[in-house]
Amino acid sequence: MLQSIFAIFLFQLVGEMVQKYFALTVPGPVIGLVLLLLAMLASDRIGNKPAAQLKQNLVLTAETLLGHLPLLFVPIGVGVVMHITLLEDQLAAVLGVVFIGTVLTVGFSALLMEKLQGRGDDNG
Amino acid sequence: MADEQKLYSIWVYLQAEPLFWLTLTIGAYLVGDYCYRRSGLFPLFNPVALGIIIVSSVLLLFDVQYERYFDGAKFIHFLLGPATVALAIPIYRKWDLILNHGRAILTTVLLGSCFAILITWGLASLFGLEREIVLSLLPRSVTAPIAMGVSELIGGIPSLTAIITIITGIIGAAFATFTLDLLRVKKMSARGFAIGLASHGIGTARAMSRNETAGVFAAVAMGLSGIVTALIVPLMIFLLQI
Repeated sequence: MLQSIFAIFLFQLVGEMVQKYFALTVPGPVIGLVLLLLAMLASDRIGNKPAAQLKQNLVLTAETLLGHLPLLFVPIGVGVVMHITLLEDQLAAVLGVVFIGTVLTVGFSALLMEKLQGRGDDNG
Repeated sequence: MADEQKLYSIWVYLQAEPLFWLTLTIGAYLVGDYCYRRSGLFPLFNPVALGIIIVSSVLLLFDVQYERYFDGAKFIHFLLGPATVALAIPIYRKWDLILNHGRAILTTVLLGSCFAILITWGLASLFGLEREIVLSLLPRSVTAPIAMGVSELIGGIPSLTAIITIITGIIGAAFATFTLDLLRVKKMSARGFAIGLASHGIGTARAMSRNETAGVFAAVAMGLSGIVTALIVPLMIFLLQI
């Protein structure tokens, strides 16, 4: 458990450093995600034993961490409620744009994706 | 009287400590989760939205500054970074499936991101919003740090974009399932991908808590659409002369 937490923190740290160094708009943790993914895919090719063990550990830690992912958005969401007055009289219009826009985007993307995938199984 | 004073001093002590706010946040979320399950997974009762409403009500009721709350709750907020990195693990496990759908993924992310920006622009113009607010709205479908960066670049108001982005996420999390059921989209990969594309991390969190395939595709969509949107929004502003 501790090794996998260390690995996750380390990849985030490297991601943040890369982001700052190259002044990228992509957030550090997303860069960390990509780097960790690449590292795991690369270690499959090399196939050494400690790496395989760490990967097993990572699977368990990720399950714990991602199990209640929505909880992690509560603190920032509360900030939105407390600062909603910033929008003043435009609040209703903004909410309308966001609601209609989001629902239509979800629908459009899902139908397009399903069409492009054709038949075939997706539970692999 | 002495008792009241004692209670008051306990309250003063507690609200300065992270423990109280952490307990409240987790408790509010659990109550939200419980209501959501009891309501037969009714979309408006989703755990994030309910958790946020409960915590906000407490803050407003007891006249607590957000900064004070966040000073405690930041430990939960901190975990967002590691959790984002940890998304690499389920993506790794579904890697072959992702490669199989490579072309569909790339096409959908390009067209879907353009659609999200254009529909936002169209609706915002239709509703007669001010230019600065329209600009702040454009990058709203992607994860907050990217959206804020784009907003700043194009002359929007980053803090407003942050708020709109979070609202987008919550609306996506609350209404995507309903929309997708209505449109009879069955494939978990397509459902998840659309949620991640339209409502970034909050949508992804929601998808991940329901189905692993949907969650993984949502995470992939969130990452890719973030990059695509960062590149496309400035280009579109130039082309549409906004």
